[in-house]
Amino acid sequence: MTKRLRIQGMVIAGLLASVAVPAAAADTITVASWGGTYQEAQTKAFFDPTAKELGITIKQDTTNGLDDVRLQVTGNAVKWDITELGADECARGSKEGLFEKLDYNVIDKSGINPKLVHDDWVGISYTSVVLIYRTDVFGDKGPKTWADFWDVQKFPGRRALSGSQATETLSVAALAKGIPIDKVYPVDIDGALQSVDKVKGHIDAWWTSGAQAMQLVKDGEVDMASIWNGRAGTLRKEGAPVSFSFDQGVLTADCMVVPKGSKNKDIAMKALAKFVSPDLQANLPLYVDNGPANEKAFETGKIPQDRIKDINSAPENVKKQVLQDPAFWRDTLVEATEKFNNLIQQ
Amino acid sequence: MSVASASLDHAGRPDAALNTDALRADARREARGLLALLSPGLVLVFAVIIVPIGWLFWLSLFDESGELSAANYARFFEQASYIKTFVTTFKVAFTVTGACVLLGYPLAYMLSQLPRRAVSICLIFVILPFWTSVLVRTYAWLVILQRKGLVNTWLMDLGVIGQPLPLANNFASVVIGMTHIMLPFLVLPLYASMRTIDVDCLRAGMNLGASPAATFRQIFFPLSLPGLASGVVIVFVLCLGFFVTPALMGGGKVIMWAMRMEQTTSLYSNWGAGAALGVVLLAVTLALLGLFHRLLGARATGVWSER
Repeated sequence: MTKRLRIQGMVIAGLLASVAVPAAAADTITVASWGGTYQEAQTKAFFDPTAKELGITIKQDTTNGLDDVRLQVTGNAVKWDITELGADECARGSKEGLFEKLDYNVIDKSGINPKLVHDDWVGISYTSVVLIYRTDVFGDKGPKTWADFWDVQKFPGRRALSGSQATETLSVAALAKGIPIDKVYPVDIDGALQSVDKVKGHIDAWWTSGAQAMQLVKDGEVDMASIWNGRAGTLRKEGAPVSFSFDQGVLTADCMVVPKGSKNKDIAMKALAKFVSPDLQANLPLYVDNGPANEKAFETGKIPQDRIKDINSAPENVKKQVLQDPAFWRDTLVEATEKFNNLIQQ
Repeated sequence: MSVASASLDHAGRPDAALNTDALRADARREARGLLALLSPGLVLVFAVIIVPIGWLFWLSLFDESGELSAANYARFFEQASYIKTFVTTFKVAFTVTGACVLLGYPLAYMLSQLPRRAVSICLIFVILPFWTSVLVRTYAWLVILQRKGLVNTWLMDLGVIGQPLPLANNFASVVIGMTHIMLPFLVLPLYASMRTIDVDCLRAGMNLGASPAATFRQIFFPLSLPGLASGVVIVFVLCLGFFVTPALMGGGKVIMWAMRMEQTTSLYSNWGAGAALGVVLLAVTLALLGLFHRLLGARATGVWSER
């Protein structure tokens, strides 16, 4: 959920910036996330309990992603103490030196995948890219794998893939070629692009936001699509005739950082330590389908057994999915995205 | 010339030269006064338009490592998708402008012929959508045009078509959505200009034996051209920077320049990459405005300032 309508976001950010109190009191921090139901869930799972335990005030804001952080840091106007980003954005921002070092004497990193623990960023939750299809079109015999999705003879119908998240679409394109889930990374970009080339003539829409992916499936504009599991879960909850599973999902992590120049970074560290603690991490799946980044959350006993199977980062489900590698995309994103854009626009 | 002999002519009026000097001084004083009155506006324009655009241009000259370079501009030629986006942007803008003229001219003409009371009612129908959020209208079009939307459902129920038409998520839907949004921008200036056409000119034409069609063609249409031209320019230029409608209705296949700017700004770590796109669009738009100005005359591009 890293991209949404930027114009909207900019307007909102502008309005927020104009009313934001310039110098926050020492016991107040500002946390930015993606907004919507996801941030509401985070408020209940992370922010409110942390504010209460530490006796601080947590103000909230929404972000559009890395360019917002870049704007604040390079413009010397940092107003956030903690912000959420996609993991590949964290990896890129880290390379650009946009974040404060995290203090792992304060933050307990145990239980978090080492790939998501870095000097200046740490994993916070997971989103999965899954294959969704409409059961009113296919019954329960819809496309189950990305190879099925690519097979336009066997599964005729309208299709949508993400056009804004090249990383995700290239990952599923690699899976469609039959590459096993543990061999997808490092992605053979040219091979994945060839795979996209094969299917692109049959793609009716390249979505650019989670809401759009949801709308395309919900309204029956497409019969199958790649979609974020949170959105897919919402569709299922709303009673839409859809089916999806975590088989061959692409697990993408979100992370949190302290933007360089934060005025309350000591409190931010303490708050971040709470956010990633197994106890609060276990709260998240109670409110939203995004799974906790800390595996120990599943050991707390807070998550009901029948809920665990729906959570993308539950150990059982992780085995079925590809873990998107932020370090890989840090170095290849620009080139891969430009090539991907060239390809889908032809 | 000597003051004594030239200061008064034989009728005792002041000398023309003296008069001119006094008038000139007066004009200069007035110009200074007007400039003083204008200065807050000028300062504002300078601070919020000229300076940021200059800054944008400056930023576009630096690459990701902060070195002075033409890399941001070279990218347009290295990556085929930029040229493609540029062509798409102009294709959309031309098509939408054309559709607006075809729909808007008859509408404005009808409005100009109606009695005042009827006009105010009809204008409400033109302006009401104008006040509705672009986002809302775009989604409304999606509801109407998509595969299981109103148009396709009706046509299939009536047996006109067997398979749903691909109306959403393509070039056609972008044009439909944008035309709806742009139409008032053409109709309003056009109607205003048609309203000022002197009915006596038309009567005179008829009186001299011209048919209604000839009167329209030879008198009304040429007189309405400045209004049409200004509407066309407004619609065309606004289309070039459109974002929301193509982003939501283009199905990711119709990428316009503004969408490309958004992509590029978030993809590259230097602002220059996105800034260069802005500079190019601005330069091309200004060049086009200059062209319009030459082709259609000053009144087309300056019509607002004359009012």
